[in-house]
Amino acid sequence: MTQREGESGLEYLRRKLCSVYPDLCPLFSIEYADGVLLVPREGVHGAAVNLKALGFERFGFVTAVDRGARFELVYRLQSAEFGAGLFLKAEVPRDDAVIDTLTDVWPAADWHEREVYDMFGIEFRGHPDLRRILLPDDWVGFPLRKDYEDDSVIPRPDYI
Amino acid sequence: MALVDSLTSALESMPGGGIILTSMDALADWSRGQSLWAMPMGTACCAMELIAASFSKFDFDRLGTFPRPDPRHVDVMIVAGTITKKMQPAVRRLYDQMAEPKYVIAMGNCAVSGGIFYYDTYSVVRGVDQFMPVDVYITGCPPRPEALEDGVLQLREQIRTRSLAEGRSYERELTLPGLETDRAGTTDAVRPVGDAPARTSSGAGGTL
Repeated sequence: MTQREGESGLEYLRRKLCSVYPDLCPLFSIEYADGVLLVPREGVHGAAVNLKALGFERFGFVTAVDRGARFELVYRLQSAEFGAGLFLKAEVPRDDAVIDTLTDVWPAADWHEREVYDMFGIEFRGHPDLRRILLPDDWVGFPLRKDYEDDSVIPRPDYI
Repeated sequence: MALVDSLTSALESMPGGGIILTSMDALADWSRGQSLWAMPMGTACCAMELIAASFSKFDFDRLGTFPRPDPRHVDVMIVAGTITKKMQPAVRRLYDQMAEPKYVIAMGNCAVSGGIFYYDTYSVVRGVDQFMPVDVYITGCPPRPEALEDGVLQLREQIRTRSLAEGRSYERELTLPGLETDRAGTTDAVRPVGDAPARTSSGAGGTL
């Protein structure tokens, strides 16, 4: 399957994804000129394997969003074949923040997942070396959670 | 320095010995200020200005200030950038490895007070004077190399006019509250890497 004349990279991606992996097709959408694939958290590893086979050879980053009762994990994947990027998204509940690691698919995910663990406290199951990366090892709490509190923080006064 | 120290006991007991001693003192202080080799502790954007100061346009070599990446070679540590709580023990350890007499220039608002990271920040130390003595503060975000040059010249002036009788830098340092000094890096103040947190991961093995 090759890109057609006049077809955008994202349209080509949708066509190829729906042809090769029909079960992923309904999860795919195009938002703000970027591909988004929202998968259940049990399916994130399988989707990653499939996407890599499809042509997403580059792992951009992983980050997370605190949505209150749940965390949304956002993986950025990039592909030279499609000339386009893809956001792979999955949600985990706040009180059970565990998801499969993608380090066995893209080794580059190693330090990114450690950072998400450091900042949000999301556990990556199967990660080879899951410990804090930016903060000191004895840090208490996860600073990018919305409910994080720290006595050393001085709130910014209104007049500044 | 060693000459002045060893002469003290011999000369102070002699009539008129104090005059010779102050002259030696002045000579030592003057010569010390002419060659302030600097440890560039560049951790953020201020380091760009610090680097520029070393090159041809500003040419700090003409002041006798020359960057050396080894704490044992230098007289002054120029802290140029934000110091985070994780970085703090490493900076302190490098400071402790410097030989006396030693000086510190805090370059830029982050090193002076935390700067823009003063409020609403969990990870930044609010000024390097929280954990080591500072001789010269240079404000700016970042300060231009000219401001750094002025700071170096002010430090030189301080060294020239600060008599030994008024106390050296390490005597002031010992008066700082709540500091555990780690002299010459004899103990390991830096947190060991393997000192891992309680790991929540079940399946993950591996240590470093």
